[in-house]
Amino acid sequence: MPTTYFQQSALRRYLAETGEVWLFARRFFREAIRRPFEWRELLHQCYIVGNQSLFLVGMTGLIMGLVLTLQTRPTMEDFGAEAYMPAMVGVSIIREIGPVVIALICAGKIGSSIGAELGSMKVTEQIAAMEVSGTNPFKYLVVTRILATTLMVPLLVIFGDAIALFGSFLVEHVKGEVSFRLFFNKVFRQLSFGDLIPATGKTFFFGFAIGLIGCYKGYTSQKGTAGVGRAANTAVVVASMLLFVIDFIAVLVADIFFDL
Amino acid sequence: MEPLIHIANLYKSFGDLDVLNGFSLDLFDGENLVIVGRSGSGKSVLLKCIVRLLEPDSGTLQVLGQSVPALSQYEMDHLRTEVGFLFQGSALYDSMTVRENLEFPLRRHPEKMKGHVVEDLIVSTLKSVGLAHTIDMMPEELSGGMQRRIALARTLILRPRIILYDEPTSGLDPITAKEIIELMLQIQKEYHTAALIITHDMDCARVISNRMIILIDGTNYAEGTYAALSKLPDPRVQAFFK
Ligand SMILES: Nc1ncnc2c1ncn2[C@@H]1O[C@H](COP(=O)(O)OP(=O)(O)OP(=O)(O)O)[C@@H](O)[C@H]1O
Ligand SMILES: [Mg+2]
Repeated sequence: MPTTYFQQSALRRYLAETGEVWLFARRFFREAIRRPFEWRELLHQCYIVGNQSLFLVGMTGLIMGLVLTLQTRPTMEDFGAEAYMPAMVGVSIIREIGPVVIALICAGKIGSSIGAELGSMKVTEQIAAMEVSGTNPFKYLVVTRILATTLMVPLLVIFGDAIALFGSFLVEHVKGEVSFRLFFNKVFRQLSFGDLIPATGKTFFFGFAIGLIGCYKGYTSQKGTAGVGRAANTAVVVASMLLFVIDFIAVLVADIFFDL
Repeated sequence: MEPLIHIANLYKSFGDLDVLNGFSLDLFDGENLVIVGRSGSGKSVLLKCIVRLLEPDSGTLQVLGQSVPALSQYEMDHLRTEVGFLFQGSALYDSMTVRENLEFPLRRHPEKMKGHVVEDLIVSTLKSVGLAHTIDMMPEELSGGMQRRIALARTLILRPRIILYDEPTSGLDPITAKEIIELMLQIQKEYHTAALIITHDMDCARVISNRMIILIDGTNYAEGTYAALSKLPDPRVQAFFK
């Protein structure tokens, strides 16, 4: 029965790894609240995370806004509902498309670079070197990176959303001669706290997941330089899947508490 | 005299692979003890057990009178500042300059500064390894031999009492290797450290050792001075001296 054996061992590996990620996360919380804090490295990591993805997030946001508006406009026109364009585009970008697409971009950009960086530090024994000098590499490398992504991904999402709305405005302005003020008035009139709070809240979890998986894969990578590539690669794949799971849960929770 | 490191009957295996099979050693103050063994015989595993990067399966393992497996994380971190470790591949932090590499352990152990200024300690330690001018360089700008020296400076900056060298001359040309050996001798005089040196470079062993242990099958197969061991008729020992 080679197939069942394989399936069993794959399932077991999957469960074992889930358990390990869980322990890794628990260790993060335990070390994050214990002094001394690595403030300087945290700021440095925040800068790196933001700076690394700012351009990409901006480009993606702009194109997302342009394309979404260009594609939905004809349909709305058919129904004579083009006046609702800003409201519709605003809600869909801020509630769902913006956070998910931008978090996916961040998972690709930030998750892979954290996985590769920590992975190469692991296989060249730099992490072990920190340990044997009586310092705490988990605190210096992992805690700072997870905190940085948790704080920065929400900011990047807000930035990307803003650019996407601007892209949408450009199309509306050219095609429907809508003014800047009218466009954004319509967008914000449609948005309630029930849209903003869960939409922003879940981005913290997105950031946490990206940092956690990137650090876990890098910090525990093995088997030489090939392991580094695998760490970077699986960090992106696993983090991206996790984003959808978190998004689904966030939507369910928002549905209960904010009664959408 | 109390040994600085006391190891008795140490066992360590990975799955079915028995790497250490009842290994024992004592390292005394001021001594250079060399351990030779073939590639894959468990030399790095032994060093990693001493600083608790790996947990031994059983046996006695004491460093500076403290039982390593029994220490708390806090006590272990303190003990680790007394034991320098030079990695086989130097393991410099490649995203940091030379200065930051040396600063990293020092800033996290302020008790080790003993009233000195960080910058002075960094400069004087770099001078000891003859590389004061590289202070603002990145590791990738340095040659392999220079990286090895910086790695040594990084362990020296905490003023350890013991230094563990994992193949200090591997991957270096013979002339650079000789320079590193001379540096190790000079460091020992200057900083009064005992050293446990792992190597398969017999030139290095001859020059630097006060005493040698030959590691075969995970045990101390033979023990003695370089001169004594080189005259031993055992073919497995002689294989090292050819
Ligand atoms: N973390 C580990 N997990 C599993 N096996 C290991 C681990 N570390 C070492 N080994 C195995 O233990 C054996 C001894 O390894 P070690 O690195 O100590 O060799 P060595 O004597 O230092 O060799 P070299 O001279 O090549 O550095 C090897 O067969 C290696 O595969
Ligand atoms: Mg080795």
